[in-house]
Amino acid sequence: MPKSKSAYSVAGKKGKLETHIIVVWVDNEAGVLARVVGLFSGRGYNIESLAVAEVDSKFNISRVTIVTTGTPEVIDQIKLQLKKLVPVHKVASFKRDDEKVIFKEMALFKFVTNSKKIKLIINACKRFNPVILDETNKSCVIQVTALRREIDKMSKNFKKYGLVSISRTGAVAMTRGSEVFK
Amino acid sequence: MPKLYTGAEIVFKCLEDQEVDFIFGYPGGAVLPIYDELKNFETIKHILVRHEQGAGHAAEGYARSSGKPGVVLVTSGPGATNAVTALTDAYMDSIPLVCISGQVPTHLIGTDAFQECDTTGITRPCTKHNWLVKDIKDLQKTIHKAFEVATTGRPGPVLVDIPKDIQFQKIKYLPFKKTKKLNGKSHSYYKQYDVDQLIDLMSKSKRPIFYTGGGVINSGPKASELLRELVRSTGFPITSTLQGLGCFPGDDEQFLGMLGMHGTYEANNAMHDCDLMINIGARFDDRITGKLDEFSPNSKKVHIDIDPSSINKNVKVDLPLVGDVKSVLSSIIKTIKKTKPNFLKSNKQNTSKWWEKIDNWRKKKSLNYINSESSIKPQYAIQRLYELTKNKDTYITTEVGQHQMWAAQHYKFDKPNRWMTSGGLGTMGYGLPAAVGVQIAHPNKLVIDIAGEASVLMTMQEMSTAVQYSLPIKIFILNNEYMGMVRQWQELLHDKNYSESYTAALPDFVKLAEAYGCVGIRAKTPDELDDKIIEMLNTDRPVIFDCLVDKQENCFPMIPSGKPHNQMILGPEDEKDNKITGKGKALV
Repeated sequence: MPKSKSAYSVAGKKGKLETHIIVVWVDNEAGVLARVVGLFSGRGYNIESLAVAEVDSKFNISRVTIVTTGTPEVIDQIKLQLKKLVPVHKVASFKRDDEKVIFKEMALFKFVTNSKKIKLIINACKRFNPVILDETNKSCVIQVTALRREIDKMSKNFKKYGLVSISRTGAVAMTRGSEVFK
Repeated sequence: MPKLYTGAEIVFKCLEDQEVDFIFGYPGGAVLPIYDELKNFETIKHILVRHEQGAGHAAEGYARSSGKPGVVLVTSGPGATNAVTALTDAYMDSIPLVCISGQVPTHLIGTDAFQECDTTGITRPCTKHNWLVKDIKDLQKTIHKAFEVATTGRPGPVLVDIPKDIQFQKIKYLPFKKTKKLNGKSHSYYKQYDVDQLIDLMSKSKRPIFYTGGGVINSGPKASELLRELVRSTGFPITSTLQGLGCFPGDDEQFLGMLGMHGTYEANNAMHDCDLMINIGARFDDRITGKLDEFSPNSKKVHIDIDPSSINKNVKVDLPLVGDVKSVLSSIIKTIKKTKPNFLKSNKQNTSKWWEKIDNWRKKKSLNYINSESSIKPQYAIQRLYELTKNKDTYITTEVGQHQMWAAQHYKFDKPNRWMTSGGLGTMGYGLPAAVGVQIAHPNKLVIDIAGEASVLMTMQEMSTAVQYSLPIKIFILNNEYMGMVRQWQELLHDKNYSESYTAALPDFVKLAEAYGCVGIRAKTPDELDDKIIEMLNTDRPVIFDCLVDKQENCFPMIPSGKPHNQMILGPEDEKDNKITGKGKALV
């Protein structure tokens, strides 16, 4: 065993890292996002993606969806800490491979190319609800909604079609069936 | 037409309604309107400190010894940043503080105005919650909410940042009724079923132990009474964390002393070998658990805590009971009385072997040290101080370091709220201002800060505060000219390379005391120690007591880092008996 030369114990075994999606309902007020993300950054955890918007304008409630990677113990700790924050109403979390939950991200792709290739592109992303938002004879902007890894794949594959710019949102989540997040 | 009040008046109206008697603060540009109103509110007394950190620690001392929230008033910029250490300290040790800070006028926020800083941004991670009041309409409800958040659930510090223009604006003040609310968060999740389960575990256990902490103190004096009743009616041994000292009498037979890194041999071994650990209001801190993988390997663990995020944070427990210690203990006692009225009798045999084992560990007398006739041993100084003050209902504060551990080991407390020490954050310089706050709350009680000469220099300026308000606090300095705990670690772990841990140019503390307008006393030898301590106790003014102690003394027993509880190193006496051999030394 290595000799510890500090007033602290040697680190034990590290738990396995897992990707979790955490959904938080918060009061839509100044600084609330900083409070939420501070619990992640204070532990040295990176947030993979973040989506936040007001969902209830009457009560000023925003819904924050966070994708992060961490050990189960730390994720549990962050969830419990989130519940303690004054402006937080409700917290839910899932693993990314949870089948009962739908995850979606949206991406905007801009291509500088010719109309022939645009057809090919539309065809290639047919499965992901492509919408042409803007089109000229040498460019187009296409919107798709898909999973993170699918968007990753598209952005890699579309290089050859003249993809020049990508903008994408964080994941949003919703339970399947009649169940709602508790 | 209802009367309109300025923001500054609203602040004091709120403090009045919250029954605040004292605020600790320091004026400055951005809080001047509030200071201007001070004269119009006679029930609220302002204590002028010499540094905002001192205001924070004084408010902590006030809160911990009185059970009421401490209130701090500071200006913007440096006023607020100076208070950050005290806020963090209060956050770590769960002390209710309400800090009101001034801010530059709203139209200047974000312009790098004079004495501007992002106070709510800086204090966000070290408060339970904070607010920037940008609208006078929100001021009243924000301040009342601040008190509610600070004092409910697991207590802690909060901050309200009030821009100067808001302090001048006028609005109505609505009548306020103080109600017990729970800041919208529930703090009670346990069921009677959990209590029944716990009692089942207790009646089956052969090697039980209570492990109690600051949560018992925070739950109020009633919680300590209930704890005593429970411990006596079960006959189980009990150990306490640094913060929990006082909730069970320190000289009781069932009390094993403090546990943890510098805890007693019997407490730590009992924690390691127990089969049932009942944690009441403690948080499995790393100073307590030592090496986590080998922490009490064969025990069922029960955790009673008001904060759900404390459960399973460091140590997985088998039975969590989330709730206020007072209410959980009272349900446990009620259930025992109903279902097992003869618990103590029926259980005696169950645990008799366990007590035999504990008594064997006790025979080690792990707090012993080799006394000297020529120099004052720090442990001896604290023992004498204890013997000479134990009948005076004394309040003790400490700084951080060796003296703090010796005080925890050798000063025995028999009441809660008598022991104020910075545990979580470990803030050197805590004890002197904390003593100021304690003396404010208890003007006729004896208040002693057991200090080290290095720590006390960090907030020495607050002696001036003590003199201004005629607070007869006693600063009992164990002066070894070293940052003792740093020196000890360097001796044990860094090959005696005493890098920067010696203070080569210390002030003459007796003259320093005189310069502040208080009394200086120095003790150099064991013979004169008692007389000098008595002289200190007979002085009704603030005293700085410079106790020159052995410079090389180390604080034992000790769990070396990365080791479990049953691998403690004991003091030099034990070493002399060859109980610690070369192998033992390699443990460090």
